Amino acid sequence: MKFTEEHEWLESDGDMVKVGITEYAAEQLGDIVFIELPDVGTSVTKGQEIVVIESVKAASDILAPLDGEITDINNAIVDDPSMVNNDPTGEAWFFKMSLKNQGELDGLMSEDEYKKYIE
Amino acid sequence: MTELKKTALYDLHRSLGAKAIPFAGYEMPVNYPLGIMKEHLYCRKSAGLFDVSHMGQLVISSNTHSMKFIASELEKLLPIDVLGLSEDRQRYGFLPNKEGGIIDDLMISNRGDHYFVVINALRKEIDFKYLRENISREIDVDLIKTRALIAIQGPQSEKILSNLIGELSSLKYLDVNNFSYKGEILWVSRSGYTGQDGFEISLPNSLCEVFCKNILDQDGIEPIGLGARDTLRLECGLCLYGQDLNETITPIEAGLKWAIQKVRRTGGEREGGFVGQEKILNQIEEQPYFKREAFFPDGRAPLRSGTKLFSDDSGKNEIGVITSGGYSPSLERPISMGYLNHNKFNVDEPIFGEVRNKFFSVTLTKLPFVPTNFKRN
Repeated sequence: MKFTEEHEWLESDGDMVKVGITEYAAEQLGDIVFIELPDVGTSVTKGQEIVVIESVKAASDILAPLDGEITDINNAIVDDPSMVNNDPTGEAWFFKMSLKNQGELDGLMSEDEYKKYIE
Repeated sequence: MTELKKTALYDLHRSLGAKAIPFAGYEMPVNYPLGIMKEHLYCRKSAGLFDVSHMGQLVISSNTHSMKFIASELEKLLPIDVLGLSEDRQRYGFLPNKEGGIIDDLMISNRGDHYFVVINALRKEIDFKYLRENISREIDVDLIKTRALIAIQGPQSEKILSNLIGELSSLKYLDVNNFSYKGEILWVSRSGYTGQDGFEISLPNSLCEVFCKNILDQDGIEPIGLGARDTLRLECGLCLYGQDLNETITPIEAGLKWAIQKVRRTGGEREGGFVGQEKILNQIEEQPYFKREAFFPDGRAPLRSGTKLFSDDSGKNEIGVITSGGYSPSLERPISMGYLNHNKFNVDEPIFGEVRNKFFSVTLTKLPFVPTNFKRN
């Protein structure tokens, strides 16, 4: 698993990467009540706001971690946003994407590096 | 940046694991480890302890004049029945400006030899200055800083609080009384900001932490942060100053006509005679076209404060704005309140809120979203 400074995790899944938010991010957001995911097929560029996530407290955005295209989305978290609070790094993944440059994944933080980052 | 002020419960909040946010110049707990949703539901089901010490506490008194004189002076500013407020009773009110807008909303109690007024945190310096400049110099207005303010709210609050300070069953909704605890005097009112039965307690700063620790040692009570305080008040349709109320919105537009007793209205014994009377009394007769309303967003997206409302889904005809909105933990759906300009649309037309350049349909409903539950008898 790789991590971004925006508190997303990325995991290789065949040719794709699976993307979600970290436990730290889920905890910071609090009780999540609404999620809007991008359409499958959307081309995204790194830093683009692609997911809307609303907690009881406030709305926030999730940014595309790298350049690529959305290939699958997890509608289960749209139906039950509280999944993200309960299992952020497991069942509650957000979307899968194909990367424009597969090599960019290696440039992201490792788990140890991310742990240091959030300390 | 100026340093944030701390309430008397600052250390307790930290030890309880509160997440802190700056609010009205104070570092305040937005939630504890339980989280907003569970805190909200816990308060509705059992009881919650809130630190509201950031709010202003005013004592209005006079060494040379009677309470009747003070009440008459206050009635020149407030459109409510102050003279008719019995000893140890509390009532909701507001300070209008000359145009009928609201400088602040407040709770006022008659404490026999003084009036005790609780005002909004963000407005306390403004209110204090306004009152000082607009009532007789022979009346003392003190913004007290030696006392903390806490609230205990929810169906179990009477039982929990009575374990510490004794029998409370004779204290009804909006009654006020003094109680003693460890040799200090607590000013207790049966009121609050959650729409539920509960109490607000003004107590010396020095006593506050030990009192709250002893409250939290009881079964059935959890500390509740400002996050759940906001969702609790919104479910019951209670206004938040700075969002639902401000200097350009009148109490009649805000749906607060009920707080202006007949005696102060046109034809009443002490009709008018308060700041902003012309606009306010006219609106009571004529019904304003701009009014606070309640909305259910039809989808799952919360429509929050600042969301513009349109009568079409392309953003052409703007008809109003959301002033408070979020997710209702009790109803498990988004709820909003805001203002609609009834000159610009018909009630049978659809309404859309614009969020992130998308239009979400909403349905008009009635306040409160969740029924209130006070101990009136």
